[in-house]
Parts: sequence; C-alpha cells; structure tokens
Amino acid sequence: MAEAVSALTAFTRPRWLTVPVVVGGVIAVFWIAVALTVQWWPIDNPVLSVGRRLSPPDGAHWLGTDALARDVLSRTLNGARYSLPIALAVIASAVAIGAALGAVGGFLGGLADAVVMRFVDITLSFPVILLAMAVTASLGPSLRNATIAMVIVWWPSYARLMRAQVLAVKEREHVEAAVAAGASAPRVLITHILPLCWSPVLIQATMDFGQVVLLASSLSFIGLGASPPTPEWGQMISEGARNFYQWWIALGPGAAILSVALGFNFLGDGLRDILDPRTQ
Amino acid sequence: MMSNAASDDGDMSLLEVRGLEVTFAGARGRLEAIRGVDLTVQSGETLGLVGESGCGKSVTMLAVMGLLPPTVRIAGSIRFRGQELAGRPQPELAKLRGARIGMIFQDPMTALNPVLTIGAQIAEAIRIHDAAVSARAAAARAVEMLTLVAIPFPERRALQYPHELSGGMRQRAMIAMAMANEPDLLIADEPTTALDVTVQAQIIELLRRLQATHRMGLVLISHDLSIVAGAADRVAIMYAGRIVEQGGVEDIFDRPRHPYTRGLLASLPKIDNQAARLTAIDGAPPSLAARPSGCAFHPRCRHAAEICAARDPELRDVGGVTVACHLAETIDAADAPPPGRLASQPIGTA
Repeated sequence: MAEAVSALTAFTRPRWLTVPVVVGGVIAVFWIAVALTVQWWPIDNPVLSVGRRLSPPDGAHWLGTDALARDVLSRTLNGARYSLPIALAVIASAVAIGAALGAVGGFLGGLADAVVMRFVDITLSFPVILLAMAVTASLGPSLRNATIAMVIVWWPSYARLMRAQVLAVKEREHVEAAVAAGASAPRVLITHILPLCWSPVLIQATMDFGQVVLLASSLSFIGLGASPPTPEWGQMISEGARNFYQWWIALGPGAAILSVALGFNFLGDGLRDILDPRTQ
Repeated sequence: MMSNAASDDGDMSLLEVRGLEVTFAGARGRLEAIRGVDLTVQSGETLGLVGESGCGKSVTMLAVMGLLPPTVRIAGSIRFRGQELAGRPQPELAKLRGARIGMIFQDPMTALNPVLTIGAQIAEAIRIHDAAVSARAAAARAVEMLTLVAIPFPERRALQYPHELSGGMRQRAMIAMAMANEPDLLIADEPTTALDVTVQAQIIELLRRLQATHRMGLVLISHDLSIVAGAADRVAIMYAGRIVEQGGVEDIFDRPRHPYTRGLLASLPKIDNQAARLTAIDGAPPSLAARPSGCAFHPRCRHAAEICAARDPELRDVGGVTVACHLAETIDAADAPPPGRLASQPIGTA
C-alpha cells in the first residue's frame, strides 16, 4: 500500500507545471539556444544576397527573401543574437539599479527614500515608449543607446517593487531580533531583509523580458535602434512595412517577437506559482 | 546577595533604571508610555515584570536595549554595569546588544529568519560580536549552544530551517541564539506566550537553569502570573506606564498591597476552589491619550477615595514591598486576598 502511494505521488504533476509553463519553457530554451549557436548553423549569411529579390517562400528560402535578396529565415534566427542579449542587459541593469535604490530607500526611509521615489514617480509618469524614444533620440540612434534608454525607463518599476518588499519585510519580528542581536544596519539589510524580497523581482524580471524585446524592436522599427543591415527584428519589420505586399518579410521577425514575449510571460506565470505563496 | 557575579564591579547593580520616561510623539500630541520607572536587576536574579497589554513593560525593556525608534524621547537613567546607556549612539549600543544583553522574543515563529538555518543564525550572532571566530568554529559553537538548550540531535537541527522545527524547539533555538555570547543580562519578552502549556513549563525551566549556571540577570516579561510566580525572585507590577507594586515574589503573591495586584491575583483560577467565580477587574486599561487624573487605576478600583482621583500616589515602602497606593494600609485588613494556591504553581517546586 505504502509503495503504491509513493509510486502515485512520484508521478503527480507539480501544481506549477502547466501547459503554458512547458510551452513557455520550450520557447525560451529554443530562442536562447538559437542566440548562442546560430552563427555556426549551416544557413545563409543573413547580410548577403542569396538569390532573387522579394521571392515568396519556397523550398530554398522557407520564409522567402527580402528587398535585398537576403534569406528572411536566416535573418530572423540571427535576430536572436541581438534581441536576447539586449533584453538580458536591460533587465539585469534595471534590476541592479532599481533593486539597489529601492532597497536602500525603503530601508533608510526619510530623505533618501523621498529622493529615490520622486525620481521613480517622474520616470513612470511618462509613457515608456515616449521616454525611450526621447532618450535614444537625444543620445543618437544606435542599439547601444537604445539599450541605455531602456535601462533608464525600466529601473523605476523595480525600485518601486523592491521598496514595497523591503518596507513589508523590515517590520517582521526576525529583523528586530537581528537588531537585538547586535547586527549592524547593512548586515540587517543584506542578511535578514533582502533574501526575503527577491521572488517578486524575479517574477517581474521574467515577465518583463518579452516586453523589453518588444520595446527594443519598436525602437528599431522607428529607426532609433539597430541600423541596416543588422538583422534586428524591429528593423526587419520596418523593411517589411516598406514592402507591404511581400507579407513574408515581416512574418519571420513578427512571429519571433510574438513567441519570445509570449514564452517569457508564460514562464513568469509559472515562476509566480512556484514562488508566491498567495497563489497556492 | 550576588557576591561573586558582582565581584568585578563592586556592589554595582547589573541593570539600574532610574526615572525612565518614554514619550512617543503621536499625530494627536505626545503620548507618555512610561512615566518614571525605577528598576534594579542584580546578577543571578530574576525580575518578573508583569502587567496587562499596553502597560509599558515591553517598551521599558526596548528602551533598555536602545531598540526604540529615534523619534521616541527617552529621559532618565539606564545604567548597565555602571555605564550609562541612555543617549549613547546606536553603534555603541549595537556592541552591547546580543553580546552583554540578550533578548528573547515572544513569538519564535516570526522571530527567526525563515531563510537561514538555525545553526547559521546562531553562528551569525557569535560572529557579529567577534569577527575573529572562524565560520567553522562558530558553527561548532552553534551546535554546542543547541546542546545547551537541550535540543535533541543538535548537529542535524543546526542544518534545518525554522519551519522544520516545532514552536518549543524554535523558542529553544531563540534562547540558544540569545545565550550564544553568554550575556550578563537576558531579557525574555513573554517567552512562553506563543507556546503550549506543557512546553511553557519546559522553556521556563530551561531559562531558570541557564540563569543559575551562567549567573545571569534575567528579566522575565509576562502577563502570566503563574509563570512569574514560579520563576521570579522579585516581581514588579506595571500599570499604565508606572510600576505600582514591587517586591519579593512571596510578598507579592502572599500579601499583595496594591488593589491592581489583588485584582490580577483574584482573576486567576484556583486549583482548590472550583466553585468560586472568577473575579475580573472591571473596565479596561486606560489609553495613553486619556489617562485618568491622579492614580491611573482609580476608575477601576473598588476602594478608590477622593484622594485617588486628585493625586498620583508615589511608590513607598509598606510592609516589605514598595507600593504606589494611597490606601495601601487601610484596605489591607478589609480586603484580604482569597486564600488558595495558584492553578499552575511554581515550576520545579511543585
């Protein structure tokens, strides 16, 4: 009997392991693998002409060719080498800056908190895309500047999230107990508060990954990010828009952006189910 | 009384609080949480600090630890081994906290860090105060401390997280943490309130044993008179931010002078008198914002006379205890406390 029960539980699916989580995981792993290895794949060079211009999908070019006779599939796959590292850099920098400032503000309170949170309020009062456009435009259009702009518009949400967490955790009794044990303020923050604050930040970061990919593409689409001939997804969609009746040019990058955004959202949902006790 | 523990500082008390006043600046004016508290704790002595919720017993001890927020105004003198603590900067107080003065919190469920193992938390308490101790030595000492507080399988427990331990085990772990640096003074803020009755007795017994073997001063904050009766040498009863009666544990429990102390004792169930109704103290403790004139207890006091509403009584010696009541002598004969033993009497002496 006992063995039967344990055999049953061994095959029980964990609550968080849902179809969307599996789909999201597969998509994420696929795109990460592509980004890491695509340069060694036996496919067409993404920036060289390989045949006829604007040819529709066929056996040789599964997603057709664009106005400069470049293979759309190859360009789409190579686009992952730009979008994913950029998204990673933006999220990592935004979390580092936002979480640090939010944690210190929430922990110290008073003037430090007020200054940080007013910067956050100011930044969040602009529409994301407008602020990112303004910053990129003032720095000069390039992928690097677009990345910087996105960090600037993205850190405040993590600062707000982290501050809220720290404010809640710092009232817990084990924090007072740590102070009563003689712990210094930095030690209290780092050892006894921060480890309990990470899960919502991690969930939010995963969810935001797809959003950043989307925003990076948007900036490239309007000419503020990648410049030709870089096979960046937003840039490619922009080219596709110029050849509106050759629908296949924008299809590849469009589907790529959609799948990345969707996949990381699904993953974030699954992560929330694991990490957030309120949803269980 | 405590000749050997006090040998290095002459006849100085371990903790001496004089005229402590704590004032909170609230939205609706200033609230006097503590109004002139005097306390003395000697090495090797247990002081029971008793009172209802909100009477200021925890605030008094938080003031001693320097754990009140900086906006709170503290007046009076807090001397620890002769050193004045009041007004000292936080970093200096932090050196004393956890090293010379340990503290145990009410709820072991929440007072332990949920993401650190028990052993890591005890080791941290050691290394905060002595960076020279290696991580390995601190971990070994943590296991030693767990053994000291009678936790079975200490090596295994040291590697477990708080949620893997029962309430009693967690409170033992808290005590191990507070004891890790062998403090001179241990403050236990309602250490048994969150625990089962059977576990309460074990924890109190453990505290008494540690106090005796380490010759610590112990301040036992509680609203549970039976706990205090069993563990304390001296008892101080607090009401509305003041000490209303203070004396040896037997004097207080056998011959309480203050009507409030009598009320507290009368409201306890007696094991040998099942038919008697329990007598509650009428009314509720006053809020800090609206304290009655004169003696803060007079609106609830059966004996209240005119003078009680007019003048706040000073603490004075009456028959071996100090008591703050104008009528301490006159009501003595009229209102002898009902005889009988407390339901859960002194642990270890029963």
